[in-house]
Amino acid sequence: MTVPTMAVAMRDAFIREIHTRMMERSDIFFLSADFGSPRLDALRLEFPDRFVNVGIAEQNLINLSLGLALEGFCVFAYAIAPFITMRCFEQIRVDLAIHAQIRAINVNLIGVGAGMSYDVSGPTHHCLEDLSIMRTLPHLEIHSPSDAVAAVAMLDGALGRPVPKYFRLDGKALPNLAASLAPGDLARGFRILREGRMLMLATGFMAHRALAVAALLPAGLLGVIDLLSLRPVDEAALAEALAPAEAVFTLEEAFLGAGGLDAFTAGLLRGAGLDRPLQCCGVEQRYRFELGGREILHEAIGLSAAALAARVLAAAR
Amino acid sequence: MALNREQLEQKCREVRRETLLIHRRAPETRIASSLSPVEILVALYYGGVLAFDPRRPQWPARDRFIVSKGHGSISFYPILADLGFFPREELEKVSKAGGILGGIPDSVIPGYETTNGSLGHGPGVACGMALGLRVKGRGCHVFVLAGDGELYEGSVWEAVMFAGAQKLDNLSLVVDANRAAMLNFTREIIDLEPLGAKFAAFGWDVDEVDGHDVEAVRDALQAQKSRRDGRPKVLVARTIKGKGVPRLEGDPLSHVQTLSPDEVDELLRRRP
Repeated sequence: MTVPTMAVAMRDAFIREIHTRMMERSDIFFLSADFGSPRLDALRLEFPDRFVNVGIAEQNLINLSLGLALEGFCVFAYAIAPFITMRCFEQIRVDLAIHAQIRAINVNLIGVGAGMSYDVSGPTHHCLEDLSIMRTLPHLEIHSPSDAVAAVAMLDGALGRPVPKYFRLDGKALPNLAASLAPGDLARGFRILREGRMLMLATGFMAHRALAVAALLPAGLLGVIDLLSLRPVDEAALAEALAPAEAVFTLEEAFLGAGGLDAFTAGLLRGAGLDRPLQCCGVEQRYRFELGGREILHEAIGLSAAALAARVLAAAR
Repeated sequence: MALNREQLEQKCREVRRETLLIHRRAPETRIASSLSPVEILVALYYGGVLAFDPRRPQWPARDRFIVSKGHGSISFYPILADLGFFPREELEKVSKAGGILGGIPDSVIPGYETTNGSLGHGPGVACGMALGLRVKGRGCHVFVLAGDGELYEGSVWEAVMFAGAQKLDNLSLVVDANRAAMLNFTREIIDLEPLGAKFAAFGWDVDEVDGHDVEAVRDALQAQKSRRDGRPKVLVARTIKGKGVPRLEGDPLSHVQTLSPDEVDELLRRRP
Protein backbone atom coordinates (compact mmCIF):
# COMPACT_ATOMS: atom_id res chain seq x y z
CA MET A 1 0.00 0.00 0.00
CA THR A 2 1.39 3.37 -0.95
CA VAL A 3 1.03 5.91 1.77
CA PRO A 4 0.82 9.47 0.53
CA THR A 5 3.17 11.67 2.44
CA MET A 6 2.02 14.99 1.04
CA ALA A 7 0.84 17.18 3.86
CA VAL A 8 -2.85 18.07 3.70
CA ALA A 9 -4.70 20.47 5.94
CA MET A 10 -7.45 18.51 7.65
CA ARG A 11 -9.86 21.39 7.48
CA ASP A 12 -9.47 21.76 3.73
CA ALA A 13 -10.03 18.06 3.13
CA PHE A 14 -12.97 18.02 5.53
CA ILE A 15 -14.59 21.10 4.01
CA ARG A 16 -14.06 19.81 0.49
CA GLU A 17 -15.99 16.70 1.43
CA ILE A 18 -18.75 18.71 3.12
CA HIS A 19 -18.98 20.81 -0.04
CA THR A 20 -19.46 17.67 -2.11
CA ARG A 21 -22.19 16.44 0.21
CA MET A 22 -23.92 19.83 0.10
CA MET A 23 -24.28 19.36 -3.65
CA GLU A 24 -26.11 16.09 -2.99
CA ARG A 25 -28.16 17.10 0.03
CA SER A 26 -30.17 20.24 0.61
CA ASP A 27 -30.33 19.79 4.39
CA ILE A 28 -26.72 20.66 5.19
CA PHE A 29 -26.00 24.10 6.63
CA PHE A 30 -22.55 25.57 7.21
CA LEU A 31 -21.98 28.34 9.76
CA SER A 32 -18.64 30.02 10.31
CA ALA A 33 -17.67 32.37 13.11
CA ASP A 34 -15.73 34.48 10.61
CA PHE A 35 -13.17 31.75 10.21
CA GLY A 36 -12.05 30.57 6.80
CA SER A 37 -9.90 28.21 4.83
CA PRO A 38 -8.92 28.26 1.18
CA ARG A 39 -11.39 25.48 0.54
CA LEU A 40 -14.23 27.29 2.25
CA ASP A 41 -14.20 30.04 -0.37
CA ALA A 42 -15.62 27.69 -2.99
CA LEU A 43 -18.30 26.40 -0.63
CA ARG A 44 -19.55 29.80 0.40
CA LEU A 45 -19.63 31.03 -3.17
CA GLU A 46 -21.68 28.08 -4.31
CA PHE A 47 -24.10 27.97 -1.38
CA PRO A 48 -24.86 31.54 -0.31
CA ASP A 49 -28.19 30.34 1.10
CA ARG A 50 -26.72 27.56 3.24
CA PHE A 51 -23.48 29.20 4.27
CA VAL A 52 -23.59 32.04 6.76
CA ASN A 53 -20.73 33.92 8.35
CA VAL A 54 -22.23 34.73 11.74
CA GLY A 55 -19.39 37.05 12.69
CA ILE A 56 -17.01 36.64 15.59
CA ALA A 57 -19.79 35.44 17.87
CA GLU A 58 -19.34 31.88 19.10
CA GLN A 59 -22.25 31.99 21.53
CA ASN A 60 -24.61 32.89 18.74
CA LEU A 61 -22.93 30.31 16.52
CA ILE A 62 -24.09 27.55 18.87
CA ASN A 63 -27.54 29.05 19.48
CA LEU A 64 -28.10 29.35 15.72
CA SER A 65 -26.90 25.80 15.22
CA LEU A 66 -29.52 24.45 17.60
CA GLY A 67 -32.26 26.47 15.91
CA LEU A 68 -31.27 25.17 12.49
CA ALA A 69 -30.93 21.61 13.78
CA LEU A 70 -34.41 21.77 15.31
CA GLU A 71 -35.65 22.72 11.84
CA GLY A 72 -34.12 19.55 10.47
CA PHE A 73 -30.77 20.73 9.18
CA CYS A 74 -27.48 18.94 9.61
CA VAL A 75 -25.34 21.81 10.82
CA PHE A 76 -21.58 22.32 10.64
CA ALA A 77 -20.35 25.09 12.93
CA TYR A 78 -16.83 26.17 12.23
CA ALA A 79 -14.42 28.23 14.33
CA ILE A 80 -11.05 28.24 16.04
CA ALA A 81 -10.84 25.33 18.49
CA PRO A 82 -10.28 27.16 21.80
CA PHE A 83 -13.08 29.58 21.02
CA ILE A 84 -15.71 27.13 19.78
CA THR A 85 -15.21 25.02 22.89
CA MET A 86 -14.53 27.51 25.65
CA ARG A 87 -16.11 30.83 24.69
CA CYS A 88 -19.49 29.18 24.30
CA PHE A 89 -19.21 26.23 26.63
CA GLU A 90 -22.52 26.92 28.34
CA GLN A 91 -24.31 27.17 24.99
CA ILE A 92 -22.86 23.77 24.09
CA ARG A 93 -24.04 22.42 27.43
CA VAL A 94 -27.60 23.77 27.31
CA ASP A 95 -28.26 23.80 23.58
CA LEU A 96 -26.48 20.65 22.55
CA ALA A 97 -25.83 18.31 25.47
CA ILE A 98 -29.14 18.84 27.26
CA HIS A 99 -31.23 19.00 24.09
CA ALA A 100 -29.54 15.88 22.71
CA GLN A 101 -31.22 13.93 25.49
CA ILE A 102 -34.64 15.12 24.33
CA ARG A 103 -34.46 15.72 20.58
CA ALA A 104 -32.49 14.47 17.60
CA ILE A 105 -30.11 17.29 16.72
CA ASN A 106 -27.30 16.99 14.23
CA VAL A 107 -24.79 19.69 15.10
CA ASN A 108 -21.15 19.21 14.20
CA LEU A 109 -18.66 21.54 15.81
CA ILE A 110 -15.44 21.87 13.84
CA GLY A 111 -12.64 23.35 15.91
CA VAL A 112 -9.41 24.10 14.10
CA GLY A 113 -6.18 24.56 16.01
CA ALA A 114 -5.97 21.55 18.31
CA GLY A 115 -3.26 21.57 20.93
CA MET A 116 -0.40 23.89 20.08
CA SER A 117 -0.96 23.96 16.34
CA TYR A 118 -1.37 27.73 16.53
CA ASP A 119 2.06 27.68 18.06
CA VAL A 120 3.29 31.25 17.87
CA SER A 121 -0.11 32.73 18.64
CA GLY A 122 0.41 31.99 22.29
CA PRO A 123 -1.77 30.73 25.13
CA THR A 124 -5.04 32.32 23.93
CA HIS A 125 -4.85 30.21 20.79
CA HIS A 126 -3.27 27.10 22.27
CA CYS A 127 -6.07 24.61 22.88
CA LEU A 128 -5.00 22.44 25.79
CA GLU A 129 -8.29 22.17 27.68
CA ASP A 130 -10.83 21.13 25.06
CA LEU A 131 -10.52 17.36 25.42
CA SER A 132 -11.04 17.68 29.16
CA ILE A 133 -14.00 20.02 29.16
CA MET A 134 -15.81 18.40 26.26
CA ARG A 135 -15.53 15.05 28.05
CA THR A 136 -17.53 16.52 30.92
CA LEU A 137 -20.62 16.87 28.71
CA PRO A 138 -22.87 13.84 28.21
CA HIS A 139 -24.10 12.96 24.72
CA LEU A 140 -21.36 14.86 22.91
CA GLU A 141 -19.20 12.84 20.55
CA ILE A 142 -15.52 13.84 20.56
CA HIS A 143 -13.45 13.12 17.49
CA SER A 144 -9.75 13.77 17.22
CA PRO A 145 -8.50 12.69 13.79
CA SER A 146 -4.78 12.54 13.20
CA ASP A 147 -4.82 13.17 9.46
CA ALA A 148 -6.99 14.30 6.59
CA VAL A 149 -7.88 10.75 5.55
CA ALA A 150 -9.29 10.03 8.99
CA ALA A 151 -11.11 13.35 9.16
CA VAL A 152 -12.80 12.83 5.81
CA ALA A 153 -13.72 9.27 6.71
CA MET A 154 -15.59 10.60 9.72
CA LEU A 155 -17.99 12.61 7.60
CA ASP A 156 -20.42 9.78 6.89
CA GLY A 157 -20.92 9.36 10.60
CA ALA A 158 -21.27 13.11 11.05
CA LEU A 159 -24.08 13.21 8.53
CA GLY A 160 -25.74 10.02 9.66
CA ARG A 161 -25.87 10.37 13.44
CA PRO A 162 -28.24 13.10 14.70
CA VAL A 163 -26.26 13.88 17.84
CA PRO A 164 -23.89 16.72 18.70
CA LYS A 165 -20.26 16.15 17.84
CA TYR A 166 -16.96 17.95 18.26
CA PHE A 167 -14.26 17.53 15.63
CA ARG A 168 -10.86 18.60 16.89
CA LEU A 169 -8.74 19.36 13.85
CA ASP A 170 -5.08 20.28 13.74
CA GLY A 171 -4.22 23.70 12.40
CA LYS A 172 -1.19 22.52 10.48
CA ALA A 173 -1.03 20.48 7.31
CA LEU A 174 0.00 16.97 8.33
CA PRO A 175 1.03 13.98 6.24
CA ASN A 176 -1.49 11.18 6.05
CA LEU A 177 -0.58 8.23 8.24
CA ALA A 178 -2.30 5.80 5.88
CA ALA A 179 -3.99 5.97 2.51
CA SER A 180 -7.23 4.76 4.02
CA LEU A 181 -8.68 3.54 7.28
CA ALA A 182 -9.07 -0.17 7.81
CA PRO A 183 -12.65 -1.40 8.06
CA GLY A 184 -13.86 -1.08 11.62
CA ASP A 185 -11.32 1.50 12.76
CA LEU A 186 -13.82 4.32 12.80
CA ALA A 187 -16.44 2.28 14.60
CA ARG A 188 -13.90 1.21 17.20
CA GLY A 189 -12.60 4.76 17.56
CA PHE A 190 -8.92 3.82 17.26
CA ARG A 191 -6.39 2.28 14.94
CA ILE A 192 -3.21 0.39 15.64
CA LEU A 193 -0.39 2.09 13.77
CA ARG A 194 2.46 -0.06 15.04
CA GLU A 195 2.90 -3.10 17.24
CA GLY A 196 5.28 -3.20 20.22
CA ARG A 197 5.96 -4.61 23.68
CA MET A 198 4.89 -1.35 25.21
CA LEU A 199 2.09 0.77 23.77
CA MET A 200 1.66 4.48 23.38
CA LEU A 201 -1.91 5.71 23.05
CA ALA A 202 -1.86 9.07 21.30
CA THR A 203 -4.45 11.32 19.69
CA GLY A 204 -4.45 13.90 16.92
CA PHE A 205 -1.10 15.38 16.01
CA MET A 206 0.55 13.40 18.78
CA ALA A 207 -0.04 10.15 16.88
CA HIS A 208 2.59 11.46 14.46
CA ARG A 209 4.86 12.25 17.37
CA ALA A 210 4.37 8.78 18.85
CA LEU A 211 5.46 7.20 15.58
CA ALA A 212 8.57 9.39 15.61
CA VAL A 213 9.31 8.27 19.16
CA ALA A 214 8.94 4.61 18.20
CA ALA A 215 11.30 5.12 15.27
CA LEU A 216 14.02 6.28 17.66
CA LEU A 217 13.70 3.14 19.78
CA PRO A 218 14.78 -0.45 19.21
CA ALA A 219 12.46 -2.27 16.82
CA GLY A 220 9.50 -3.88 18.57
CA LEU A 221 9.78 -1.87 21.76
CA LEU A 222 7.05 0.71 21.32
CA GLY A 223 3.77 0.23 19.53
CA VAL A 224 1.43 3.10 18.73
CA ILE A 225 -2.35 3.31 18.93
CA ASP A 226 -4.02 6.31 17.35
CA LEU A 227 -7.14 7.24 19.31
CA LEU A 228 -9.41 8.69 16.63
CA SER A 229 -12.31 9.43 18.97
CA LEU A 230 -12.60 9.89 22.71
CA ARG A 231 -16.33 9.23 22.45
CA PRO A 232 -17.68 6.88 21.30
CA VAL A 233 -14.94 4.30 21.66
CA ASP A 234 -15.25 0.55 21.67
CA GLU A 235 -13.73 0.32 25.12
CA ALA A 236 -13.66 -3.47 25.22
CA ALA A 237 -11.75 -3.58 21.93
CA LEU A 238 -9.32 -0.92 23.11
CA ALA A 239 -8.73 -2.73 26.39
CA GLU A 240 -8.09 -5.88 24.42
CA ALA A 241 -5.56 -4.03 22.27
CA LEU A 242 -3.81 -2.63 25.33
CA ALA A 243 -3.86 -5.87 27.31
CA PRO A 244 -0.64 -7.41 25.90
CA ALA A 245 1.40 -4.25 26.64
CA GLU A 246 4.04 -4.39 29.35
CA ALA A 247 3.42 -0.72 29.95
CA VAL A 248 1.05 1.89 28.57
CA PHE A 249 1.91 5.49 27.71
CA THR A 250 -0.56 8.20 26.86
CA LEU A 251 0.48 11.14 24.71
CA GLU A 252 -1.69 14.22 24.28
CA GLU A 253 -1.08 17.83 23.38
CA ALA A 254 -3.28 18.90 26.26
CA PHE A 255 -3.02 19.59 29.96
CA LEU A 256 -2.23 16.62 32.15
CA GLY A 257 -4.34 15.86 35.18
CA ALA A 258 -7.33 17.74 33.82
CA GLY A 259 -9.51 14.87 32.70
CA GLY A 260 -8.22 14.41 29.15
CA LEU A 261 -6.61 11.41 27.49
CA ASP A 262 -4.74 10.51 30.69
CA ALA A 263 -7.92 10.21 32.71
CA PHE A 264 -9.70 8.49 29.84
CA THR A 265 -6.99 5.82 29.66
CA ALA A 266 -6.66 5.35 33.41
CA GLY A 267 -10.42 4.86 33.61
CA LEU A 268 -10.40 2.44 30.73
CA LEU A 269 -7.62 0.29 32.23
CA ARG A 270 -9.27 0.35 35.63
CA GLY A 271 -12.65 -0.55 34.17
CA ALA A 272 -11.14 -3.46 32.26
CA GLY A 273 -9.26 -4.68 35.32
CA LEU A 274 -5.92 -4.21 33.53
CA ASP A 275 -3.17 -3.50 36.02
CA ARG A 276 -0.51 -2.07 33.72
CA PRO A 277 2.12 0.56 34.48
CA LEU A 278 0.73 3.80 33.06
CA GLN A 279 2.78 6.89 32.20
CA CYS A 280 0.99 9.97 30.98
CA CYS A 281 2.77 12.41 28.70
CA GLY A 282 1.29 15.79 27.95
CA VAL A 283 1.47 19.43 28.95
CA GLU A 284 2.09 20.36 32.56
CA GLN A 285 -0.48 22.85 33.86
CA ARG A 286 1.25 26.06 32.86
CA TYR A 287 0.57 28.33 29.90
CA ARG A 288 3.48 28.62 27.50
CA PHE A 289 4.69 31.87 26.02
CA GLU A 290 7.80 30.60 24.20
CA LEU A 291 8.02 31.58 20.56
CA GLY A 292 9.70 29.89 17.64
CA GLY A 293 7.19 27.23 16.68
CA ARG A 294 5.62 23.97 17.78
CA GLU A 295 8.90 22.05 17.91
CA ILE A 296 10.48 24.60 20.18
CA LEU A 297 7.41 24.57 22.43
CA HIS A 298 7.54 20.80 22.55
CA GLU A 299 11.24 20.89 23.40
CA ALA A 300 10.45 23.23 26.25
CA ILE A 301 7.74 21.01 27.71
CA GLY A 302 9.39 17.63 27.26
CA LEU A 303 7.31 16.47 24.33
CA SER A 304 10.08 16.25 21.72
CA ALA A 305 10.55 12.83 20.18
CA ALA A 306 13.96 12.47 21.83
CA ALA A 307 12.69 13.36 25.31
CA LEU A 308 9.75 11.00 24.99
CA ALA A 309 11.99 8.21 23.68
CA ALA A 310 14.20 8.62 26.73
CA ARG A 311 11.16 8.25 28.98
CA VAL A 312 10.13 5.07 27.22
CA LEU A 313 13.65 3.67 27.41
CA ALA A 314 13.85 4.44 31.11
CA ALA A 315 10.58 2.61 31.66
CA ALA A 316 11.82 -0.35 29.63
CA ARG A 317 14.88 -0.82 31.82
CA MET B 1 -60.45 30.15 17.79
CA ALA B 2 -59.60 33.74 18.64
CA LEU B 3 -61.34 35.25 21.66
CA ASN B 4 -62.65 38.79 21.96
CA ARG B 5 -61.36 41.36 24.40
CA GLU B 6 -63.68 40.42 27.23
CA GLN B 7 -62.95 36.73 26.82
CA LEU B 8 -59.21 37.38 26.64
CA GLU B 9 -59.33 39.40 29.84
CA GLN B 10 -61.28 36.63 31.53
CA LYS B 11 -58.65 34.14 30.36
CA CYS B 12 -55.92 36.32 31.87
CA ARG B 13 -57.74 36.29 35.22
CA GLU B 14 -58.03 32.53 35.08
CA VAL B 15 -54.37 32.10 34.20
CA ARG B 16 -53.28 34.39 37.05
CA ARG B 17 -55.47 32.44 39.44
CA GLU B 18 -54.08 29.10 38.29
CA THR B 19 -50.54 30.44 38.42
CA LEU B 20 -51.00 31.55 42.00
CA LEU B 21 -52.38 28.12 42.86
CA ILE B 22 -49.34 26.45 41.30
CA HIS B 23 -47.13 28.73 43.35
CA ARG B 24 -49.11 27.84 46.47
CA ARG B 25 -48.32 24.17 45.83
CA ALA B 26 -44.76 24.77 44.56
CA PRO B 27 -43.45 27.87 46.35
CA GLU B 28 -40.01 27.53 44.73
CA THR B 29 -41.50 28.74 41.42
CA ARG B 30 -40.76 32.33 40.39
CA ILE B 31 -44.12 33.94 40.89
CA ALA B 32 -43.38 37.62 40.20
CA SER B 33 -41.57 36.89 36.96
CA SER B 34 -44.38 34.55 35.88
CA LEU B 35 -47.16 37.06 36.47
CA SER B 36 -45.80 39.80 34.20
CA PRO B 37 -46.09 37.93 30.85
CA VAL B 38 -49.65 36.59 31.35
CA GLU B 39 -51.25 38.88 28.76
CA ILE B 40 -48.47 38.10 26.25
CA LEU B 41 -49.03 34.35 26.62
CA VAL B 42 -52.80 34.66 26.49
CA ALA B 43 -52.65 36.89 23.40
CA LEU B 44 -50.40 34.41 21.61
CA TYR B 45 -52.43 31.30 22.41
CA TYR B 46 -56.03 32.54 22.67
CA GLY B 47 -55.84 35.63 20.49
CA GLY B 48 -55.47 33.76 17.22
CA VAL B 49 -51.85 34.82 16.77
CA LEU B 50 -50.05 31.47 16.87
CA ALA B 51 -50.71 28.46 14.68
CA PHE B 52 -50.41 25.34 16.85
CA ASP B 53 -51.87 21.89 17.37
CA PRO B 54 -51.88 20.54 20.94
CA ARG B 55 -52.23 16.99 19.64
CA ARG B 56 -49.09 17.46 17.56
CA PRO B 57 -46.74 19.77 19.44
CA GLN B 58 -44.08 19.30 16.73
CA TRP B 59 -46.52 19.86 13.83
CA PRO B 60 -44.18 21.19 11.10
CA ALA B 61 -46.49 24.02 10.03
CA ARG B 62 -46.84 25.44 13.56
CA ASP B 63 -45.51 28.83 14.48
CA ARG B 64 -42.56 28.47 16.83
CA PHE B 65 -42.65 29.97 20.31
CA ILE B 66 -39.52 29.96 22.44
CA VAL B 67 -39.76 30.90 26.09
CA SER B 68 -36.29 32.28 26.63
CA LYS B 69 -37.17 33.53 30.13
CA GLY B 70 -37.96 29.96 31.05
CA HIS B 71 -37.83 30.51 34.80
CA GLY B 72 -40.56 33.12 34.55
CA SER B 73 -43.10 31.14 32.60
CA ILE B 74 -45.00 29.14 35.21
CA SER B 75 -48.07 30.97 33.91
CA PHE B 76 -47.59 29.10 30.63
CA TYR B 77 -48.38 25.79 32.35
CA PRO B 78 -52.11 26.40 32.88
CA ILE B 79 -52.43 27.61 29.28
CA LEU B 80 -50.81 24.50 27.85
CA ALA B 81 -52.95 22.30 30.10
CA ASP B 82 -56.12 24.17 29.16
CA LEU B 83 -55.34 23.77 25.47
CA GLY B 84 -54.70 20.06 25.86
CA PHE B 85 -50.92 19.81 25.42
CA PHE B 86 -50.89 17.65 28.57
CA PRO B 87 -53.45 16.57 31.17
CA ARG B 88 -54.60 19.14 33.71
CA GLU B 89 -53.56 16.83 36.52
CA GLU B 90 -49.95 17.77 35.76
CA LEU B 91 -50.66 21.20 37.24
CA GLU B 92 -51.07 19.52 40.61
CA LYS B 93 -47.61 17.99 40.34
CA VAL B 94 -45.37 20.95 39.51
CA SER B 95 -41.90 20.18 40.89
CA LYS B 96 -43.23 16.93 42.35
CA ALA B 97 -41.99 13.39 41.78
CA GLY B 98 -43.63 11.84 38.75
CA GLY B 99 -44.60 15.21 37.23
CA ILE B 100 -43.29 16.73 34.02
CA LEU B 101 -43.59 20.41 34.98
CA GLY B 102 -40.45 21.65 36.68
CA GLY B 103 -39.76 24.71 38.76
CA ILE B 104 -38.05 25.80 35.55
CA PRO B 105 -39.48 24.21 32.39
CA ASP B 106 -37.64 21.91 30.02
CA SER B 107 -38.38 20.84 26.48
CA VAL B 108 -39.62 17.49 27.75
CA ILE B 109 -42.89 19.39 28.31
CA PRO B 110 -45.19 19.24 25.28
CA GLY B 111 -45.48 22.80 23.96
CA TYR B 112 -42.00 23.90 24.99
CA GLU B 113 -39.74 24.03 21.95
CA THR B 114 -36.48 24.34 23.86
CA THR B 115 -34.93 24.20 27.28
CA ASN B 116 -34.34 27.65 28.68
CA GLY B 117 -34.05 29.37 31.99
CA SER B 118 -30.37 29.76 31.50
CA LEU B 119 -30.82 33.20 30.01
CA GLY B 120 -29.81 34.68 26.70
CA HIS B 121 -30.06 31.54 24.58
CA GLY B 122 -33.57 31.89 23.18
CA PRO B 123 -33.06 34.80 20.79
CA GLY B 124 -30.15 33.10 19.00
CA VAL B 125 -31.96 29.76 18.79
CA ALA B 126 -34.99 31.60 17.44
CA CYS B 127 -32.76 33.22 14.78
CA GLY B 128 -31.56 29.76 13.75
CA MET B 129 -35.14 28.55 13.46
CA ALA B 130 -36.22 31.64 11.52
CA LEU B 131 -33.28 31.24 9.14
CA GLY B 132 -33.97 27.53 8.69
CA LEU B 133 -37.66 28.14 8.02
CA ARG B 134 -36.82 30.78 5.44
CA VAL B 135 -34.34 28.54 3.62
CA LYS B 136 -36.94 25.76 3.57
CA GLY B 137 -39.56 28.16 2.24
CA ARG B 138 -41.90 27.66 5.19
CA GLY B 139 -44.08 30.61 6.11
CA CYS B 140 -44.10 29.93 9.86
CA HIS B 141 -43.34 32.77 12.26
CA VAL B 142 -40.96 32.48 15.20
CA PHE B 143 -41.82 34.23 18.45
CA VAL B 144 -39.42 34.39 21.35
CA LEU B 145 -40.21 35.72 24.82
CA ALA B 146 -37.35 37.27 26.78
CA GLY B 147 -37.22 39.28 29.96
CA ASP B 148 -35.68 42.74 30.06
CA GLY B 149 -33.20 41.63 32.70
CA GLU B 150 -32.20 38.89 30.29
CA LEU B 151 -31.05 41.56 27.86
CA TYR B 152 -27.90 41.97 29.95
CA GLU B 153 -26.64 38.73 28.39
CA GLY B 154 -24.25 39.56 25.57
CA SER B 155 -25.46 36.61 23.53
CA VAL B 156 -28.81 38.41 23.11
CA TRP B 157 -27.09 41.22 21.25
CA GLU B 158 -25.14 38.80 19.08
CA ALA B 159 -28.54 37.51 17.98
CA VAL B 160 -30.01 41.00 17.60
CA MET B 161 -27.16 41.99 15.29
CA PHE B 162 -27.51 38.78 13.35
CA ALA B 163 -31.28 39.01 12.86
CA GLY B 164 -31.03 42.58 11.59
CA ALA B 165 -28.26 41.72 9.15
CA GLN B 166 -30.08 38.62 7.93
CA LYS B 167 -33.38 40.51 7.62
CA LEU B 168 -35.24 37.83 9.56
CA ASP B 169 -38.73 39.27 9.17
CA ASN B 170 -40.31 35.99 10.29
CA LEU B 171 -38.99 36.63 13.79
CA SER B 172 -40.62 38.52 16.68
CA LEU B 173 -38.86 39.07 19.97
CA VAL B 174 -41.32 39.92 22.72
CA VAL B 175 -39.62 41.64 25.62
CA ASP B 176 -41.48 41.23 28.88
CA ALA B 177 -40.20 44.60 30.09
CA ASN B 178 -41.17 44.22 33.73
CA ARG B 179 -38.41 46.63 34.76
CA ALA B 180 -36.68 44.36 37.23
CA ALA B 181 -34.03 41.67 37.35
CA MET B 182 -33.27 39.57 40.44
CA LEU B 183 -31.84 42.10 42.85
CA ASN B 184 -33.13 45.44 41.63
CA PHE B 185 -34.90 47.49 39.03
CA THR B 186 -33.05 47.49 35.74
CA ARG B 187 -32.73 51.27 35.78
CA GLU B 188 -30.69 50.88 38.98
CA ILE B 189 -28.49 48.04 37.68
CA ILE B 190 -27.64 49.17 34.15
CA ASP B 191 -30.37 51.28 32.61
CA LEU B 192 -31.65 49.60 29.45
CA GLU B 193 -33.40 52.69 28.12
CA PRO B 194 -33.91 53.81 25.48
CA LEU B 195 -34.66 50.18 24.74
CA GLY B 196 -36.57 50.52 21.48
CA ALA B 197 -33.89 52.74 19.99
CA LYS B 198 -31.27 50.08 20.64
CA PHE B 199 -33.19 47.57 18.52
CA ALA B 200 -33.97 50.16 15.85
CA ALA B 201 -30.26 50.85 15.52
CA PHE B 202 -29.79 47.18 14.56
CA GLY B 203 -32.44 47.34 11.86
CA TRP B 204 -35.43 46.01 13.79
CA ASP B 205 -39.04 47.14 13.62
CA VAL B 206 -39.93 48.33 17.10
CA ASP B 207 -43.39 48.33 18.64
CA GLU B 208 -44.20 49.26 22.21
CA VAL B 209 -47.35 48.37 24.04
CA ASP B 210 -48.91 48.28 27.48
CA GLY B 211 -48.11 44.66 28.21
CA HIS B 212 -51.18 44.25 30.38
CA ASP B 213 -53.61 45.40 27.69
CA VAL B 214 -54.20 41.98 26.24
CA GLU B 215 -56.03 43.20 23.16
CA ALA B 216 -53.31 45.72 22.35
CA VAL B 217 -50.69 42.99 22.78
CA ARG B 218 -52.68 40.67 20.53
CA ASP B 219 -53.09 43.32 17.85
CA ALA B 220 -49.39 44.19 17.92
CA LEU B 221 -48.31 40.54 17.66
CA GLN B 222 -50.80 39.85 14.91
CA ALA B 223 -49.56 42.85 12.95
CA GLN B 224 -45.94 41.81 13.39
CA LYS B 225 -46.65 38.32 12.17
CA SER B 226 -48.26 39.57 8.99
CA ARG B 227 -45.65 42.23 8.23
CA ARG B 228 -42.93 40.68 6.07
CA ASP B 229 -40.91 43.80 5.41
CA GLY B 230 -37.36 42.49 5.56
CA ARG B 231 -36.91 43.45 9.21
CA PRO B 232 -37.06 41.44 12.44
CA LYS B 233 -39.58 42.69 14.99
CA VAL B 234 -39.41 43.47 18.66
CA LEU B 235 -42.45 44.12 20.81
CA VAL B 236 -41.47 45.93 23.98
CA ALA B 237 -44.31 44.99 26.30
CA ARG B 238 -44.27 47.33 29.28
CA THR B 239 -45.31 45.16 32.18
CA ILE B 240 -45.25 45.07 35.96
CA LYS B 241 -43.36 42.36 37.72
CA GLY B 242 -45.70 40.55 40.08
CA LYS B 243 -48.75 42.01 38.32
CA GLY B 244 -51.89 41.43 40.38
CA VAL B 245 -50.10 41.01 43.70
CA PRO B 246 -49.82 44.39 45.43
CA ARG B 247 -46.98 43.28 47.69
CA LEU B 248 -44.85 42.30 44.68
CA GLU B 249 -45.67 45.21 42.39
CA GLY B 250 -43.03 47.85 43.02
CA ASP B 251 -40.76 45.64 45.11
CA PRO B 252 -37.25 45.66 43.63
CA LEU B 253 -36.71 42.22 45.16
CA SER B 254 -39.98 40.74 43.93
CA HIS B 255 -38.13 38.13 41.86
CA VAL B 256 -37.03 36.25 44.95
CA GLN B 257 -40.24 36.70 46.94
CA THR B 258 -42.44 33.79 47.81
CA LEU B 259 -46.09 34.11 48.70
CA SER B 260 -47.37 32.23 51.72
CA PRO B 261 -50.40 29.95 51.31
CA ASP B 262 -52.45 32.41 53.37
CA GLU B 263 -51.42 35.26 51.11
CA VAL B 264 -52.44 33.32 48.02
CA ASP B 265 -55.78 32.42 49.58
CA GLU B 266 -56.42 36.03 50.50
CA LEU B 267 -55.53 37.22 46.97
CA LEU B 268 -57.86 34.70 45.42
CA ARG B 269 -60.69 35.66 47.80
CA ARG B 270 -60.35 39.29 46.81
CA ARG B 271 -59.79 38.73 43.07
CA PRO B 272 -61.56 35.53 42.15
